[in-house]
Amino acid sequence: MIDVRNVTRSFGAFHAIRNISLSVPKGQFLALLGPSGSGKTTLLRIIAGLDRADQGAVFIGGRDATAEGARGRNVGFVFQHYALFRHMSVFENVAFGMRVKPRATRPSEARIRARVDELLRLVQLDFLAGRLPSQLSGGQRQRVALARALAVEPAVLLLDEPFGALDAKVRQELRTWLRRLHDEIGLTSVFVTHDQEEALELADRVVVFNGGVIEQDGTPAEVVDHPASPFVATFIGRVNVFHGRIESGKARFGALEVDHPTPEHSEMRAEGYTRPHELDVTREDVGGGLWATLAHASPAGAFVKMDLTGPDGKLLHVEIAREQFDELAVLQGERVYVRPRRMRVFARAEE
Amino acid sequence: MERTAAGVLTMSAPTLRPPPRPGLTEPAAVRVLLTSVALLFLVAFLFVPLAFIFVEALRQGWGAYVAAINEPGARAAIWLTLLVAALTVPANALFGLTAAWAVTKFDFRGKRLLTTLIDLPFAVSPVVAGLVFVQLFGRRGWFGPWLFEHDIKIIFALPGIVLATIFVSFPFVARELIAVMEASGREEEEAAGLLGANGWQTFMRVTLPNIKWALLSGVILCTARALGEFGAVSVVSGRIRGETTTVPIHVEILYNEYAFQASFAVASLLAVVAVVTLVLQTVVERRSRQTGAGAAEAAVQA
Amino acid sequence: MAFTVVYLTAIVLVPLLTLPAKSFADGWGYFWQTVVDPRVVASYRLTVGASFVAALVNGVLGFVVAWVLVRYRFPGRRVIDAMIDLPFALPTAVAGITLTSLYAPTGWFGQYLEPYGIQGVYSPLGITIALIFIGLPFVVRTLQPVIADLDVELEEVATSLGASRWQVVFRVILPYLYPAWLIGFGMAFARAIGEYGSVVFIAGNMPMRTEIASLLIVTKLTQYDYVGAAAVAFVLLILSFILLLTLNALQGWSARRLGY
Repeated sequence: MIDVRNVTRSFGAFHAIRNISLSVPKGQFLALLGPSGSGKTTLLRIIAGLDRADQGAVFIGGRDATAEGARGRNVGFVFQHYALFRHMSVFENVAFGMRVKPRATRPSEARIRARVDELLRLVQLDFLAGRLPSQLSGGQRQRVALARALAVEPAVLLLDEPFGALDAKVRQELRTWLRRLHDEIGLTSVFVTHDQEEALELADRVVVFNGGVIEQDGTPAEVVDHPASPFVATFIGRVNVFHGRIESGKARFGALEVDHPTPEHSEMRAEGYTRPHELDVTREDVGGGLWATLAHASPAGAFVKMDLTGPDGKLLHVEIAREQFDELAVLQGERVYVRPRRMRVFARAEE
Repeated sequence: MERTAAGVLTMSAPTLRPPPRPGLTEPAAVRVLLTSVALLFLVAFLFVPLAFIFVEALRQGWGAYVAAINEPGARAAIWLTLLVAALTVPANALFGLTAAWAVTKFDFRGKRLLTTLIDLPFAVSPVVAGLVFVQLFGRRGWFGPWLFEHDIKIIFALPGIVLATIFVSFPFVARELIAVMEASGREEEEAAGLLGANGWQTFMRVTLPNIKWALLSGVILCTARALGEFGAVSVVSGRIRGETTTVPIHVEILYNEYAFQASFAVASLLAVVAVVTLVLQTVVERRSRQTGAGAAEAAVQA
Repeated sequence: MAFTVVYLTAIVLVPLLTLPAKSFADGWGYFWQTVVDPRVVASYRLTVGASFVAALVNGVLGFVVAWVLVRYRFPGRRVIDAMIDLPFALPTAVAGITLTSLYAPTGWFGQYLEPYGIQGVYSPLGITIALIFIGLPFVVRTLQPVIADLDVELEEVATSLGASRWQVVFRVILPYLYPAWLIGFGMAFARAIGEYGSVVFIAGNMPMRTEIASLLIVTKLTQYDYVGAAAVAFVLLILSFILLLTLNALQGWSARRLGY
């Protein structure tokens, strides 16, 4: 549905996007995830036609839309701060797209009314049709913005940090709601966020941005369990980093040892990444791990989050099931043995 | 920034926008048309008249220009005008400070009334302003007989002119200061009070540095108005040549006597003052944006 | 605090109170006679009419100027922007004689009007021109910050919804500017009603034709008709207040509608 080919965009000396290519099939819910300044919003705006790439092309629905402005691209755009027309009622806001159509293609007043009612019912705001935006809450405003974008039946829906301006609870509710909406309508959607929890929860596919390039492109599971680079490993969720060396085909991190075949018998530095839930905690030394002291344990639903202090004062984050923690019966200040079940090793050349 | 319908424009600084993206601005032809219309309008109504003043003033050469300004009547007018300004501006500055202080640091009933009263001179025609003073202090005014008995001349004399000028120009300082002080809030002064400063110390060390640019701006505008006031002074002064004619009135008298060149020569002095006022205002605005109060105000508006 | 109140009372309140007092000094009858005298009524009509037209012209052209200054780039923009305040800084008498000389039949502008039989001076047109001059900064300065603060996202979203540039301007941008425009228009209008210095030269002051209200007051004064002068002044003041109150209310209403 959307085809981005070799797009580059710079602002003066700052390279926002470097030679990005991306394809979004019809009906997919794609998340562009990354820290501020990584280029994700710039890419979204280029897809929308609100900004123009320095190089490259954008295809929407098979058509080359590169030279077209936002008006002709038939995309729906939702802003972080809603951008509702304050002087118009909710009804008029949603009807706007239909009302500004050229005379020839403009639907009749009756049809417009019907469609607006339909959309307001879809976003569950039909009882607010006559209100002004200033009389709505943040969550309600964003739903109106969504209804407005959908009113003109766009080919693609683009959302720029849509829940960034809302409080945590509303954000959570709208997230669930948006996912369900997407499943119902099946519209190709791309949304930008810096909240990785949101991306993992909502999207069919996550593209991780950093410094204007794509670090990884995959399903949420892939991105979490098989990070393609140290950046992705640290950006997504919490992670424990172990520093060691690679010698003779094995990566050594203190007492830990992992097979890591290398082309020659080269010596390199190694970084091992393990997620908190991928660490086993025992009372005895079972090998392949290290001793650590419990600094703090806090309950988190079905899990318990443990902060441990390892050798050399290294901080470790571990997540284990509640039952397991209770079985261990470990107190603050006591020692436990920690062993990673899985570890992703990234090699770094010696400097 | 609050503006009442009668209010003067306080330190308005048009902000600059980043260049618009393609497709999000008017087509080039429209832009050219609008710009041309705007420029034509401004040139015709602002630049040409300003230029004309100087062209006319110097039409008979530099010598005639200097002569017109040096002429005794003109010199007396200049002296009188400066004197009036020297008396008016400090009084209004002082009032402006106390009024702004009272309005922004305290809450009291009738606050709205006070601010409306401050704006009043803008709603009143200058002629009416002069008229009311004549009605108070003129021969047949409320205080007329009493003044006559004690041989005190207010109308048709300096005090009357000063009073009328104070009336028309006093809102300038007050409004500038109120705008800035409202934007920066009371917290700094409250903090100073809690730390042990008394009223005077708080004012000198905390408030004054914050408002200095607004104060300067208000004083500049007040002075410009005091120097150039015509309608009110015209009514109140009696236009006794050499005695109670200010520069604007002198300009009028010369013009009515068909001494055009001389009239414009004297007028050009006021035009220079006007241009200097504009330049000073721009400088003050820029400075205030960079420092304390202006930045605070900008932050509040953002 | 006390100083403020005393100062204000002495300088503003008391003097202004003399107006109603004086106007009725010779009784209600004389007051009424004065204010409905045809010459006086003609002056009201002229003053309000010319002020309205001038404010309207400033409203339209001032909007264009504000838009161009904020949104477009061209050489000399900063200088031009600083000059907008000139009518505000220039003494009214100077403006008066300048405009009169410019629009007189032999003047720089007047010479082009002459062949068409258009009278630039000693006519309502001349009065209106002078009033346009003194009202110029009001609309421009009130609109500039508002235009500058316009949210780009609104224009972007409207465009993405399919609106043409015209539609974006008329349906999205202009409604936002309306309250500020009203303020600017109102200030220009109010200022024009009371204007004296810039108008009195170009008007010619022919009774019933080009005699503005403020001049009429002065004329009555010179004829020692103090009560008459006060009466006319009083009515003028009432007119200004009504105007200001109406505009204040209108502006408040539309600002509320925008959810400010």
